[in-house]
Parts: sequence; structure tokens; C-alpha cells
Amino acid sequence: MLLETINKESRKSENILNALLEYQKSKDTNHISEEELAQLAEELGITESRAYSIITFYSLFSTRPRGKYIIQVCNDVPCYVNGSTNILEELEDYLEIRVGGTTHDGVFSLERTSCLGCCNMSPAIRIGEKVYGSLTKDDIPRIISEYRRKYHEEI
Amino acid sequence: MNMIEVTINNKKISVPEGITILDAAKSAGIEIPTLCYHTDQSVKANCRVCIVEVEGMKTLPSACSTAVRNGMAIHTNSAKVLEARRVIIEMILANHDADCLKCHRNLSCELQNIANQAGVRTNRFENVLEFKEIDDSSPSIVRNPNKCIKCGRCVEMCREVQGINIIEKIGRSSELEIIPAFGRYLSDVACVSCGQCSTVCPVAAIYEKEDIDKVWDAINDPGKHVIVQTAPAVRVSIGEEFGMEPGSIVTGKLVAALRRLGFDRVFDTNFTADLTIIEEGNELLHRLKTGGVLPMLTSCSPGWINFIEQYYPELLPHVSTCKSPQQMFGALAKSYYAEKTGIPVKDIFVVSIMPCTAKKYEAKRPEMRVDGIHPDVDVVLTTRELGRILKQAGIDFNILEEEKYDDPFGITTGAAVIFGASGGVMEAALRTVYEIVTGKTLDKLDFHNVRGMGGIKEAEVDLGGTKVKVAVAHSLLNARKILELIKSGKCEYTFIEVMCCPGGCIGGGGQPYHTTNELRRKRIEAIYEADRHIPIRKSHENPAVQALYDEYLEKPLGEKSHHLLHTYYTDKKKKDCS
Amino acid sequence: MKKYNLDLITRNCGKIDPYSIDSYIEIGGYDTVRNIFAQDCENIINEIKKSELRGRGGAGFPTGNKIEYVYKANITPKFLVCNADEGEPGNFKDRFLLENDPHQLIEGMIIASHAAGINKGYIYIRGEYNKAIGILEIAIEQARRKGFLGKNICGSGFDFDIEIYSGAGAYVCGEEFALIESIEGKAGRPRNKPPYPVSAGIFNKPTLINNVETLSTIPYIIREGAEKYTSVGTASSKGTRLVSLSGNVNRRGVFEVPFGISVREIIFNLGKGIPHGRRIKMVQLGGASGPCIPPEMIDIRLDYEEFAKNGLSMGAGAVIVIDDRHDILDILRNILVFFKHESCGKCTPCREGNRHILNILDKFITRTATEKDLSTLESILNVMTDTSFCGLGQAAPTAILTALKYFRHQFLLGIYKEFEIRNAV
Repeated sequence: MLLETINKESRKSENILNALLEYQKSKDTNHISEEELAQLAEELGITESRAYSIITFYSLFSTRPRGKYIIQVCNDVPCYVNGSTNILEELEDYLEIRVGGTTHDGVFSLERTSCLGCCNMSPAIRIGEKVYGSLTKDDIPRIISEYRRKYHEEI
Repeated sequence: MNMIEVTINNKKISVPEGITILDAAKSAGIEIPTLCYHTDQSVKANCRVCIVEVEGMKTLPSACSTAVRNGMAIHTNSAKVLEARRVIIEMILANHDADCLKCHRNLSCELQNIANQAGVRTNRFENVLEFKEIDDSSPSIVRNPNKCIKCGRCVEMCREVQGINIIEKIGRSSELEIIPAFGRYLSDVACVSCGQCSTVCPVAAIYEKEDIDKVWDAINDPGKHVIVQTAPAVRVSIGEEFGMEPGSIVTGKLVAALRRLGFDRVFDTNFTADLTIIEEGNELLHRLKTGGVLPMLTSCSPGWINFIEQYYPELLPHVSTCKSPQQMFGALAKSYYAEKTGIPVKDIFVVSIMPCTAKKYEAKRPEMRVDGIHPDVDVVLTTRELGRILKQAGIDFNILEEEKYDDPFGITTGAAVIFGASGGVMEAALRTVYEIVTGKTLDKLDFHNVRGMGGIKEAEVDLGGTKVKVAVAHSLLNARKILELIKSGKCEYTFIEVMCCPGGCIGGGGQPYHTTNELRRKRIEAIYEADRHIPIRKSHENPAVQALYDEYLEKPLGEKSHHLLHTYYTDKKKKDCS
Repeated sequence: MKKYNLDLITRNCGKIDPYSIDSYIEIGGYDTVRNIFAQDCENIINEIKKSELRGRGGAGFPTGNKIEYVYKANITPKFLVCNADEGEPGNFKDRFLLENDPHQLIEGMIIASHAAGINKGYIYIRGEYNKAIGILEIAIEQARRKGFLGKNICGSGFDFDIEIYSGAGAYVCGEEFALIESIEGKAGRPRNKPPYPVSAGIFNKPTLINNVETLSTIPYIIREGAEKYTSVGTASSKGTRLVSLSGNVNRRGVFEVPFGISVREIIFNLGKGIPHGRRIKMVQLGGASGPCIPPEMIDIRLDYEEFAKNGLSMGAGAVIVIDDRHDILDILRNILVFFKHESCGKCTPCREGNRHILNILDKFITRTATEKDLSTLESILNVMTDTSFCGLGQAAPTAILTALKYFRHQFLLGIYKEFEIRNAV
């Protein structure tokens, strides 16, 4: 039972989206594979097509393995006019990956995201469940190191 | 019903309150073009082709989804509407592989129709189609994503009517596609090949696999003895391909047309339908007598067999071991007929004309080879393909004079012809079983309770003292209900007919386009009309069938029958079935 | 001294501990809930109607009327949904309220539900608002323990509880039917309207859907009275609204402003002007789906009628300031990329239109456009506005349409011929 790996609260209600999100979150690769989706669909009592239609519709899901920490860079107008492109470029250079990619060590994935609702702290990025705002290029190495440290502590 | 007044294109008309603008316009003689709309399905309103102008409304609402209100003033052809419609159609075409001249739906495509009606002469948009692979992995159905207009009719059919949900709307924005989970091939998912999706697709995004060229090759091969069998449903449907009224009974013309095509012999699947009744009726009685697995489920619908093999294999023992009439015919053709005529089996080529796409899958089943080598049925053509091949041959169906089927497989009964409608197999079986069990003649041959479009129909029959409950289900959603009932242990039926397609075979996946429930009803009426006009109406009274038993098979459920006319099923459950 | 910044519904923000229900109760929180059970539901609804409160999510539908529809509906069960899917770029006021005063929202939900006869509420909150989700989870549990949620609230016999549903990254789920589809566990694609959610929403039951700010305003109205609420604002637009100010402005943030305030006052008095002495090039109002106005128009006042007269919409209340470093077509491209990404794909004009707009816009940006491209662009924009299935497709063209009106020369510069001539001179 794959659903048993997520907390009881998430399984209690009929909240299918939440169950899938929680399951994905529980994985270091932040994705749901084909086999897992088939299994989850059966446990949730929905067809595999419906489950697949859900995870391909919502941006937070991925069917391909990603890093443990997903870095989402907001690229909408309020962040854009405050230099989000610089931050994105800095991240690409520092992590040595392009947007959409994952670092070799599987620690980070870099993605663009729609407005995070943090325009008062633009430019903003979201890593995992935390938002970092009012960023400059110089903030990037420090933030990345924090996560690298965290990653090594947890393994 | 409250009548209200609306104005359409400056003409005042009186219409019932609450009907859609689309229907109101129709009643005033104005056909607003539609694309995603389908009379039997929920209103989708996603193509946005049927938009109209309503005075006082900022936006242009879709006619299919907007109800009229008293005093509404509607314009269906204002400059704004015509321009918007053109832009929308051009946008659809800009994401479409418009190779009409080579397309499967050339001349029968709904997109062609509306583009033509809207007067599209140019496309201001550049073509943005990203070519994707055509999926022809299934023997029955082909998926061409390059033609899909994302209307979702196929999804609704598969999910709501058949209850399977093989294909879904996947992705978002311009990445939206209608595909099986993970973009798998149809042969890798639990598709049952029923082809219902292909009957509602407005374009050539989903269609039946075409086997016409194989038939031409066989007919033109001097070494091949090509015989053809025709399903009951075809004789009340093929006329539609030639402009006849739905429900025209054209049996004689059908036979003549097939002869003109060049078939060496034209036979009737109805013959083996009668045979099926004898075998299946006796099988039922055998199970009743010996405490066999009950309820017994019919087995002539290949889409239904695919369904139970893939979704409820644990209930397979309930299914009758009888082959379908198509396959019984093929088996006899490659054994009895070969022996009788002296023609080597390898030179006999069997073509069947079926209303069904799943029959293509059925014919290819490895277990359907009585000599272990040659398929019993070589090629299946759907009713639609028959229409096409006849047109290719330039045959003017309408002026053909009626001809008769060939012997020995040409004598049939009314019980056989009703196989084409949901409830027909049950009724045919009851006509025979009743007389076998009671020894009495059945006066009233019509079992009305099992006829019609009701999802699950029931009847109770008095078999000389024993009351037997029977049921008839059509469409797989209803089939599933029956199977769940059986699983729950609460099933009181003894014998259940299941047809995969809504309405039965006359509503099959290979039937003429624009099959709607209304058309299904007309074809059903024709089926029972045909039954009334056939002199022999009970399968066991078919003299040719009797002769076959005397001459060759010996007895029902005998050894020869067992080898030729019965089959087995396989657990084909894929991990992803729900 | 003119007051630009009010605190009718933001009075607790930053002053109380959002993690403590006690700090909310201390300042009188939940008193209103205790008192409503003595009142008729109709009285409560009438008070909200009198306040002329309109939906703060962007559509601006009269809240009192909406609650009344659900109150009158004869089908049960009924549901309340707090739309916390705040995805409109430039808006963060709902997050502000959720993170700083969660109990005010809960209180508003309880009052509205009691008035409408609803026993089950959902907060549909975007998946990226993790901090707010955490705060809400704690607040709801605290409210339950104190008897403000659950069975027999304050001994009244009224049952009501709230469940949090998180989104998963789809802006379109802010649209009420897409939201409902999402709660029902499917892809978030909108449904045909009518029927509207108030008649047939979640699982086809009557559903009241309101924005965070709207629901958070209800406790004030019931506590202080509609008359006090309407003493602020203009003739056609009563009370206050939260404005999310962002972009190239010195002081970015959420401001509770009275209707009638001008955009100039928001940018310069509240926002403290443009940094580094730059000038305003363009202001986008409402969010990415809102109009783009030139600096000459910033004296327009936040007033439904005044906006309508100018062919503009206030949307969710964002004010995004763009200074003169930026190129207008570039900004528009950014906006269209957003809509292309967020389109649900259901209807032809939006699914296909957004990408064609981008293709053509790129031609203008690279100065290789033709006049035909301009007319094609305008066709798509109009057709999308007129025929799209839902508000996303209908509003996506707004930014470019207004830009074509107020900044047309930027587009003309992109036409190859024009560029050639200008260069030759």
C-alpha cells in the first residue's frame, strides 16, 4: 500500500489531489513513476487515465525524476521587472544546469514557476516549501550551500 | 411547457422555454454549425464554433449551451459572428494535419463540413502542428493524434457509456492531448476494441483499421476461393451509406452487391447465429441440469469478451464456451465446407462484414484456428468499410436487384436476424430453450421485455413450471453492473445476454457515421421488422442447421461441436485496470 | 489629512500572533460568532447586502446576493468554499490575510455558513502557500478545540467544519468551476455556466464560493454594521479593499485603501514613488489579466463606475508599476507566456490563441512583423475575449488590447516597413 507512506490525515478524506501531492513529496526524487501511479490509482479507486490526467494537469507534479529540492524561480511581471532573470541566470551558472534540469548529484532541480504570490519580496524563488525573497545574485551561493549541507545531514 | 418569444436573425419565433439557442434556431430553419456537440452526449461547448451574438451580452455565447430567455435577440450570422467563427476554424486547422485528399474521413469529416460552410479560403495562422506518431498497434482501432481537435467526444463515450476510461484529456494548454495513460499504445492498455470512440469522432483522429485492400487482393487472386458472411445488423444499416433512410432493410441488395464485388460465395452469418442458439441453448440446459456455473453469460460480443478477460477474468467460468456466429462460420468454412467442396483450406479466404470493430481482434485470436494454422476468419470489414469498397468498385447500391444468399449457409431464421439488436440473442435463445424444455410450441414469439434501449432489461420465463429469470445488458457500463452483481452473490438471473455496444450490434463501432441513439432505435425497429417477415422464426427449425447436425456435427455439444464451435478464454488482466 | 491606509479588516495584521487563537480572542475575536446565532439568517444576509460588499477575488459579484442564493436553495448538503487560490500575478493580499489573521477568515466563514445554511466548508488554497497552509491548519484545530468549529458551535445547534484542500499549481483553479473540479479530484477545467455554483457546485450541490478577503470582511460588517462600512468609499463603491502594490516601486506591500483613492496616490503616497528617480512607463492594474495604463491615466480612482466608464477592470486589486527601463512588448510577452502556460486547454480560442499571440508578438519584438500580423493579432485578441469558454481566455488578451490602445506606437515600431523607413531617415 503506497498510500500508507503518507500521513493518515491526507488519506482520510476523499482529497485525491492531496494524496498524490503528499505521496510525491515523500519521495526524494519528487516524482511519481508509472508503476507507482498505477498502484496509487488502484488504491484511490480511480482509473489510471484519470490519475495520469491529474498529474499532467497540475504544475507541481512530475512524472520524471527530479532533485530532492525543487528550486522554482518566479518569472512573472512583478519579479521580472525586479531582476528575476538575473537570479535565474545566476542559478543556472552556479548549479551548472539549464532551467528544467537536475544536478548530477540529484540534489537540485531548477524550474520556472508562475507567480508565487510573493511580489512584495521580488525577485522571489521557492525551494521545497520555503520562499526566499528580495534576492540578489550574491544570495545564491549562500542559499545553495545551506541546502547542500541539509542534504548531507539527512543522508 | 411554457412558450416564450425570441428573435433570431430579426425573425420572431415562439419556442419552449429553456431550450438551447441551437435548438431554437433549428426550429426556425437555421442550422448553426457545431463541432464538439453530439446529441447523445453532454454539452461540452469547447470548440466554440457555434457561437452567436446575443443583444445585450458582452461575449458571444455558444448556442449549444445557452438557454433562450423571453425576449432574447439572437444573431447567428452577424459580421462579428462570421469573423469569430472563421478565426476559430482557422485556429483548429492550424493545429491539424489537413491532408483531406488522403484522409480516412474525406467527404465524411465534420471539420471539412464546417470549414466549407464557413467559407474558409485561407489561413491567417501558421501551422503549428507538432507531428506525433500514429498508433496502429491495435488490430481494430487506429489513433491519429495529428487530426485530433480535442472535442473530447471519445473520452466521454469511453468513460461514461462504456465505463472504461482508456483515453483521457492529458496535459494542459496547447500541450493538451487525448491519449491513454502515459501515452501508451492501444495494444498496451485495456482497450476492448469496441470502436465506440470511432463512431463519435468528428474527424479522423480515431478510426477503424482499414482492411479493404486485403479483400481486393484476395478477390483478385485467382488461386483463392473467397467467401463472405454478413452479420444480421449489416442488412439494416448498409443502406445508410448510400443515402437510404436509416432502418431500410436491404438484405437482397446487400447480397447482390457482394456478388458484384467478386466474392465466390455469399453466405449469411445468420446461419451460424442459429447454430449458436442450438449450442448455447443446450449448454444452458446442461449447466442447469448438472449444476454448472450460473448465471451463464452470452459470448458472441467480442468487445464484451475483451472486457471480461481484461477486467473480470475471475468470472470467465460464467461465460458460455460457444464461439460467436462469425467464428463458428469461419470454423465450419475451414472444415466442413472445405471437405464438402474439396477446396483446400489454404485456398479458402473468409471475409466477414460486421458492424463491429472488435471482430477484427476476434478474428486474429490465436485460438480461432481449427486446423491450428489458418485463421478461421481471414479478414473482417466493418459496415463502413463495406460502404467504401462498394464505392471504390463503383457499384450503385440503390439500383441493384435483390438476390439470395448461397447454399449451404443461406437459410436462416428470424431468431438469427434479431441477434443484431440488444435482447435479440436472449429472445432467440428463449424461443428454442422453451420448446426443448417444455416440448410445447411457443405461440407468442415476441419477448418484448428484453427489447429496446433500456440499459438492463429483465424478464421472467416459465419453462414448464420452472420460473427462470433472465437479463439483458448493453454497453459496458451496464455489463460491469451485472458483473458486480454476480460478484456480490446477489444475482438472481440464470442467463444473461451482454452486448458491448449501446443498442447491441446495430450500434456497433463499425456502423455508418453519425450513429445516434435515434438511429439505433430505427435500426432496431428494422431488425424486428425483418424478423416478422422471415417464415421460420426459431433457430431449431432451421432445416439447413438440422442437416448440418445430421450430416456432420452429430449432436449439440458433441465432440465435433466441441472442437469446432466452442472456445476458451484467457485471463488478460493488466495491472492498470480499475 | 487624507487617510490612504485604513485598517477595517487589517487591524490585527502584525499586531496579534497568528499562531494563537487566544491573542485573537483577547481583542474580541469570535464574539461576533457567539452573537450571530441569536439573529435571523435573513438579517445577517441583509446586513451584508446593505454593505454593498462585492467579491474581492476579481469578479466583483455582490456578496450578499450570492449568499442569499445559497440560503434559498432547497437542495442539501450545501458547501462553502473559500477561494484562496490567489494565482493572479501581482496579488498577494490573500496570503497577507491568511498568514496574519487566519481566525478572522474562519470567523467570516462561520458567519456566512450559518447565514446560508451550510455545514461544510473548504479552504482551497494554492499549493505554493505552504506557510499559510500551516498557519491555517493550526488555527482550524484551535478553533475546533474552543468549540467554534465542529458540532453544536457555541451551543447553538449549528454544525460547521472546515477542510483544507491544497491546489497543485494551476492558476485556472482560481476560476470557480475549475476549483470545484479540482476539489472533486479531477483536472481543473471549468464547466458550463449556468447553472452557477450557487445552484450546482461541488458534486452538483449548492456551493457558495468567496474570496479570502471577501470572507474576512464579513466579521467587520456584522460586528460594526453595514452603515459604518459604507461610510467609507464612494457612491458606487463602498468600504475598503486590499491593494497589492509591487513592481518598480519603493514600498511594496499590501495596503487597505478606501475606494476612491487614485492610482497615483497608491503609487506615490503609499508606495513612496519609483526608486532611483526613474519614471513610470506603464502600470498594470488588477493582475496579469488586467489593463495596462500609461502614466497619463494614473489619476483614475479605484471606483467600479469610474473604471467601467474607462473600459477598465479592477480585478483583484493589484497595482504593478513598471518603470522606463523596461520594454513594453517584452513585458507583454512575459504576460502571454504566463497565460499560455496556465491555459487549461479546454476551448479552442484560448488553447490555440495564446500561442499564436506569442508567435506574432515575437515578430513585433524582432521587428519582422507586417501589417497583416497586426490585424491577425487584433483578430485573435478580440475572438479570445468574445468567445473563450471562461474568464482566463476572456481576460488574457486584456493587457495587449489595452497596450494596443495606449501604446500602439510600440507595436508599429515592430512592423518591418515602419522600422525600415525610420532607419532610413
